[in-house]
Amino acid sequence: MNRFALAFRLPIIVWQILFFLGPLIFMVAMSFFLVKNYRMVEAFELKNWVKMMTRGYVWDSYWLTLALATLTTVAASLAAFPAAFYLAFRTSESLRRWVIFLLIIPFFTSYLVRTFSWYVILAESGVINGILGWLGLGPYIMLNTMFGTIVGYLTLTLPLVVILQTVSLANIDMRLVQAAQNLGCSSARTLWTVILPLSRTGLMIAALFCFILAFGDFVAPYYLGGSKPPTLPILIIDTTKSGQQWPRAAVVAVMMMVTLFAIAFTTIVLAYRKRTSK
Amino acid sequence: MSTWILRIWLGLVLLFVFMPIIFSVVFSFNSDRFPTIPLGHFTLHWYQTIWADPDVWTAARNSVIVSLSTCVLATMLGFCTAYTDYRYNFRLKGAYLALILLPPTIPLIILALAMLAWLSKIGASGQLWSIIIAHTVLTAPFAMAIIRLRLNQIDQDLEAAGWNLGASEWVALRAVVLPFCRPAIVSALCLTAAISFDEFAVAWYVGGLNKTIPVLILEIVQGNIDPQVNSIGSFVFLTSMTLVVLAQLLVFNRVMWRSA
Repeated sequence: MNRFALAFRLPIIVWQILFFLGPLIFMVAMSFFLVKNYRMVEAFELKNWVKMMTRGYVWDSYWLTLALATLTTVAASLAAFPAAFYLAFRTSESLRRWVIFLLIIPFFTSYLVRTFSWYVILAESGVINGILGWLGLGPYIMLNTMFGTIVGYLTLTLPLVVILQTVSLANIDMRLVQAAQNLGCSSARTLWTVILPLSRTGLMIAALFCFILAFGDFVAPYYLGGSKPPTLPILIIDTTKSGQQWPRAAVVAVMMMVTLFAIAFTTIVLAYRKRTSK
Repeated sequence: MSTWILRIWLGLVLLFVFMPIIFSVVFSFNSDRFPTIPLGHFTLHWYQTIWADPDVWTAARNSVIVSLSTCVLATMLGFCTAYTDYRYNFRLKGAYLALILLPPTIPLIILALAMLAWLSKIGASGQLWSIIIAHTVLTAPFAMAIIRLRLNQIDQDLEAAGWNLGASEWVALRAVVLPFCRPAIVSALCLTAAISFDEFAVAWYVGGLNKTIPVLILEIVQGNIDPQVNSIGSFVFLTSMTLVVLAQLLVFNRVMWRSA
């Protein structure tokens, strides 16, 4: 290998090992460290793990986070599908591009500001209750509830899910869809037996991204959900910022990583599995 | 399925997505501290408040330094990786690509904790450049992806022709590949700057006392309901949007769609 090739290959390897792999490996190691007199001591003890694994509140947070992220993934996938279906099959390519461009915009607006905006919109005397009150309804309490959290999660994930679903639907060979219809297949059956199986991979990857984003987000459950009980990311923040207990936060982070890895692995295997012929 | 129902559904999805953005801009000009319907009167009060606030200026300066440095570093690393992937095949290439492409799939709060711990350990936390280091890791994959898509479209013979005519690999790269990639490079600079400009979790953890604009917002929001957030947010929105539209105009569009 010559110097030229090395000059292009090496920088990223060095950089990512130093500042990406290094931190992650160190974090796993840190979960075995001890804290003595408010100072972290390098050690190899299972103390943090035992402590965190035997605490009921950690598991409460774990199952809550898992349930919320799953619910959000289902909600986002269902809400996005008709929109993606329309964009992929019922509109011109230029309109599709424009809508996708519109949907990219939210990624570059501060998620914090959008969440704060929801906070004011959903509040008991906020915009939505203002409109409902005018119609003689409400007021409904939406903040500090699971509903609030999920609105926040959807703000983060819905644009991405619509984009990914649209791309995977638009890549379907339209001749197959037309063939089904020519052979007398109803719209519902075409959807179920042709379109969904053909776009399965893309739809599942979209759902996976949605799950990862919701699972790791601390802003929505904190500001819109009232963080009672806290989700895992909030637990990490509370443990590092107020408790100075970095090793225990690392335990939670490793739990999250292992969970995400297992879910991502399963999803990817299922998404790319060849369909068995019947 | 009726097209009309689908069209309305798409409208509702867009409404949901854009409602918080639009309201945030509207609230930033609204006199009520706690806005509701009907709105209060028009005011520039919140903009005047942030204009006069030295903390906002410091944070803005920090944000500009961080996102400019990040975009240059991330685009350079992204280009090197994209070029390597385009030109070479080697053992462990899958691992090599995973190394650069994985960061966006890991929750930011986990990366924040890991980077804080590691950078403290090697004595590099709590500085403005700590944020730059972390943001480069986060954004380089996006730069790599954009430039790689552009390289898909290059005629491979062009660079080879350069070598045959006696150009060294460096010269051919500068004379052929770089000019071809220029729009993608500019696009990557804009997008990585925009992502860095908005990122708060990692910046909050590793930056110590150095606050960027999003970290400042995070701290204001933690305290109380304060419409200042909306005016800072509108300003941030304008900055990011300028960058994204620039990126889009300069090619993001062309690069993304031609290759599909």
